[in-house]
Amino acid sequence: MHPLLLVFRREFAGYFSTPVAAVFLIVFLALAAGMTFLVSGFFERGQADLSGFFFWHPWLYLVLMPAIAMRLWAEERRSGTIELLMTLPVQPWQIVVGKWLAAWAFAALALLLTTPLWITVNVLGSPDNGVILSSYLGSWLMAGAFLALAAAVSALTKSQVLAFIGATAVSFLFVMAGFDLVIATVRPWAPGFIIDAVRSMSFFAHFQHITDGVLELPSIVFFVSLIVFSLWLNVRFVEVKKAA
Amino acid sequence: MSLVEARGLVKRFGSLTAVDDISFSVERGEVVGFLGPNGAGKSTAMKIISGFMEPTAGQAWIDGHNSHTDPIPARRHLGYLPEGAPAYADMTVAAFLEFVAAMHGMNRQQANRRLAELVDRIHLASVWNQRIESLSKGFKRRVGIAQALVHDPDALILDEPTDGLDPIQKYEMRDLIRSIAPQKAIIISTHILEEVEAVCNRAIIIAKGRMLADATPAELLARAPSHGRLALALVTANPQGAIDILSKHPGVGRVEIVQRVNGVTRLAVQTSKACPSTSELTSLLGQSNIAVTEFYMQRATLDDVFRQIANHGAEN
Repeated sequence: MHPLLLVFRREFAGYFSTPVAAVFLIVFLALAAGMTFLVSGFFERGQADLSGFFFWHPWLYLVLMPAIAMRLWAEERRSGTIELLMTLPVQPWQIVVGKWLAAWAFAALALLLTTPLWITVNVLGSPDNGVILSSYLGSWLMAGAFLALAAAVSALTKSQVLAFIGATAVSFLFVMAGFDLVIATVRPWAPGFIIDAVRSMSFFAHFQHITDGVLELPSIVFFVSLIVFSLWLNVRFVEVKKAA
Repeated sequence: MSLVEARGLVKRFGSLTAVDDISFSVERGEVVGFLGPNGAGKSTAMKIISGFMEPTAGQAWIDGHNSHTDPIPARRHLGYLPEGAPAYADMTVAAFLEFVAAMHGMNRQQANRRLAELVDRIHLASVWNQRIESLSKGFKRRVGIAQALVHDPDALILDEPTDGLDPIQKYEMRDLIRSIAPQKAIIISTHILEEVEAVCNRAIIIAKGRMLADATPAELLARAPSHGRLALALVTANPQGAIDILSKHPGVGRVEIVQRVNGVTRLAVQTSKACPSTSELTSLLGQSNIAVTEFYMQRATLDDVFRQIANHGAEN
């Protein structure tokens, strides 16, 4: 078996070796449902779509994805197994990608468990299932970007708590990049193209494009390149800081 | 090139020099003991040779492959037990060892055959399906050893392989190391000196990052201050006569009075190569009617040598 798949399998199984996975899935489903039904007013809106559900994903992921990814490297560092792992005859990128894929697969599982909502809207009305499917895919892709960022941050510390806080802070900047909160700090000094560049980093704006029904190419390219860049950073962090 | 080769290894952490110009090589069939007080740089040197830590200067090779510029082939030939024997706590012993075997590119059949052999040899059968977090320190250490041996590597680097084992387990571990030694180049670190005498055919003493000695245990013993010292117990309260007689012998150096209790005097006699024989001395002393109740050659311990070398090295 390919080393990447071996790492993936070990890591994915690792989620279920403790009750953490179950707790996480319950929290995710409870929050997603709570936001959809109570805050977005799923029934009151009288529309057969899931926009009230997907609207919350960037905010949910902001906290929940760092929670999935925080242990990926911090735990290896804390327990010393990183020394074992990094002296096995495999390339660091295979380990980095394997670990991230495991987290991403876990996120997919969490998303899959929300499909009863999809069934519900189909029972109650006739939604645009194409939009819902592309929203699901877009949400999963965005989750991948959150996870890649959080995994890279996790490689910098042996404390899962620090990894979680650091990853949440970084993700927060990306989610808020299109909002005044972030833009206002850049506007006074930066030239226009930098402001545009910062604005274009917004997870929120990109995800909105996707949930609007167009699985827009630039948004896909954005998330994919952010994932690739974060994984590359992760490899560098691991190589440079593995023994530190 | 030797199976394990280290040349001019240096590792600095800021102003601290943890490893200071360490060079040595290990051939097949050799078991080298890394000796040194805690914090001497043993583990750091091992981390560098295994390729886990980048050295500030110097290079290391495993089976001719540079462990930093050519790490994958180097690691294929290396079995490494890191400090503290880390292992994935949430896995069972079986799952963990199967994972390591697969990461070494072994297929299921090869892995099963090899693991069956190791389980027997390292006595892991009773915990085979237990989670590693539930194991005792001794079993964890053995899982770490098994992990290092899974792919039957030519070179082994074991950082404190017997730490946390009980005396019987220690004995078994040494037996295991001795039994695999002829086909491999092995480096073990320890601060238990008897272990070096038990399994190593070479010892490297490290203190404050520097190599202070690289010799066989026998050669090291010869350096002990107590080496070649005779201990005598005489039934007399006034040993001066005996000391005079002894000092006349050409093979006798300094004679010291160690203890005088209840009319028995204990002497320490420094001897040279022309060490006087037992019968010679007893007859010499017998001529002046001095009864000898004890007579033995003091055996130096590596502890003495180690303390002497480490302290001496630390002063420089």
